[in-house]
Amino acid sequence: MARFEERGPRSPIVQPIRVDKVHPRARAQRRLIAIASLLMAIIMLLPVFVMGISAFKTRADVMSSPPKILFKPTLEGFMLLFTERAVVSQSRQEELQEEAAAGSLSLFERLALEAGMEITGPSAYVFRLWNSVIIAGISTVASVVLGLFAAYAFSRFKVPGKNDLMFFILSTRMLPAVVVTIPLFLMYRQLGLHDRHLGMIILYTVFNLSFSVWLLKGFIDEIPKEYEEAALVDGYTRLQAFFRIVLPQAASGIAATTVFCLIFAWNEYAFALMLTSQRARTAPPSIATMMGRGGIEWSAIAAGSLGFLIPVVIVTFALRKYLLRGITFGAIRG
Amino acid sequence: MPSKQAQGIAPAASNVGQARRHLSDRAIQNLFIWPTLLLLIAVNLFPLLYSLYLSFTNFLAVQNKPPGWVGLANFATILNSPEMWRNFATTGRYALMSVGMQTLIGFGLAMLVRRKFFGSGLITTLILVPMMISPVVVGMFWKMIYNPNFGFFNFLLGAGDAGKGVDMLASKFFGQSTPGLALIAVAIVDVWMWSPFVMLLVLSGLNAIPEYLYEAAAIDRASPWFQFRRITLPQVAPLLLIAVLFRTIEAFKSFDLVMGMTGGGPGDQTELIAVNLYRQAFLGTFKTGFSSALAYIILIIIIAASNMYIKYLNQIKGEA
Repeated sequence: MARFEERGPRSPIVQPIRVDKVHPRARAQRRLIAIASLLMAIIMLLPVFVMGISAFKTRADVMSSPPKILFKPTLEGFMLLFTERAVVSQSRQEELQEEAAAGSLSLFERLALEAGMEITGPSAYVFRLWNSVIIAGISTVASVVLGLFAAYAFSRFKVPGKNDLMFFILSTRMLPAVVVTIPLFLMYRQLGLHDRHLGMIILYTVFNLSFSVWLLKGFIDEIPKEYEEAALVDGYTRLQAFFRIVLPQAASGIAATTVFCLIFAWNEYAFALMLTSQRARTAPPSIATMMGRGGIEWSAIAAGSLGFLIPVVIVTFALRKYLLRGITFGAIRG
Repeated sequence: MPSKQAQGIAPAASNVGQARRHLSDRAIQNLFIWPTLLLLIAVNLFPLLYSLYLSFTNFLAVQNKPPGWVGLANFATILNSPEMWRNFATTGRYALMSVGMQTLIGFGLAMLVRRKFFGSGLITTLILVPMMISPVVVGMFWKMIYNPNFGFFNFLLGAGDAGKGVDMLASKFFGQSTPGLALIAVAIVDVWMWSPFVMLLVLSGLNAIPEYLYEAAAIDRASPWFQFRRITLPQVAPLLLIAVLFRTIEAFKSFDLVMGMTGGGPGDQTELIAVNLYRQAFLGTFKTGFSSALAYIILIIIIAASNMYIKYLNQIKGEA
């Protein structure tokens, strides 16, 4: 520290010394930082914005050149996403037009009619979206609960071969998914788990477990042991101490882990593509294969992506306080 | 009802009632760890061992023939193939580019939003949005953004004329073929998607730095650069390293983004090793044995790299 004394102050102290008197330069700096981060957020969200507006464009508007920013919004993309349609004949079309004039057609039916089609029923996407909710929801809860127990044990007890076990748990995430799939496919077919909700739930739970154990161990490591020891001395059992002392303290860790597990299980594509076909197929593989007449149906894809993104965003926003509080993997205080 | 008893009486007085229900730490430890380990073993170990066995065979998944033992032939073929080495090199370049940029941008973002200001929580969460989108969807709509005819990317670069501007995914720069552009395009998307992840981890590290370190530095009139170099960087290093570790593993495994955007093309410019693996395993030939061998080579590289990271991480932790 002698270096500073020799050379003297290089710059004035800009940290506020009195709360009521903030140095003008510090205030300007803070405002600059706020503006810069707002700009960064806008840049990061630009592609999402493009996706968002594409969801409300007509087929022609999506593919116009140069790309349109101002356009007449339509729900055509959502109609293409949620319904099955059939091309209708001239006479039927006139019939439908009369019905439309009488006002007895729903919004989607009118939109379909404009494209010369008639709605025949809801699309498979609706069903698959429901599958996604079930599979992602249950597997997220399962991996957080199991991960929490394991993380507590690894954090508090002298487990023999702890470091090796932790590395084993991490290493289950290293094998490229493509290769695990073939043996998994064979195994699942034997066990009757192929294309079943249970099979996908188990798979996603296991794939999130490694992450959840590592993440939660970091959080539990940071909770002082003394709290539980005091509780144990007071006559709590270990389980009581775990549920009443550790669990509330680990709330932010649990929330952060939930968000990460949900994001993975909700968005997973490769396994869903290869291990499901009809019954348990989730939404991501069907968004990617949204083809219509004459190629890729961009507005339907954008609509599907937008709708699919919203639930995760809501959960993340609801839990953001915890998420931003800190994820440390136990790296700060070993 | 022993449980009612235990609840009704103050904990200190209920020792007698608890004796029967009291689980030893040992039992709890096993109870807590084994479900997780058993699940991991059941779902991971069998596929792992089975594909290890398959890697020594010439098994084709579409054929109804039992696997025939070929010894190390698959490994020899892979290691002697210049095409595979080129794919490995591409993967290395891709990992270096995307993980490097993610680390820089993620760190920068974290430094920006670390101090609270009005709306900082909201802005931070908004920056996280790219991370929440399904990679396959990301691939799809970036393909749309990169489209030379109606994409925004070309338009923003000032090439209003359709088809004449930049076609990133075909490695064409104003009609000129520029090899490497497609790989950069994919890396940009990866950086866009995962910089927020790095930011989140670094932010956690930044929040954990005790304020008194900075106060001490301010009293000593240390320059901001000195504070950054000697306080911020060493304190955040462990978490930064974990972020880099996770992203490097993912970079070696990533295939859905590339599959969605370029399918490995043009030529083999974006043929990452995991894309090649997918091709070998599922498209056309279903060379299960061969692709298992390739997967094991990738796995060994990943494990070696992770071990190095973790060693280094423990070293840093030891010093701190």
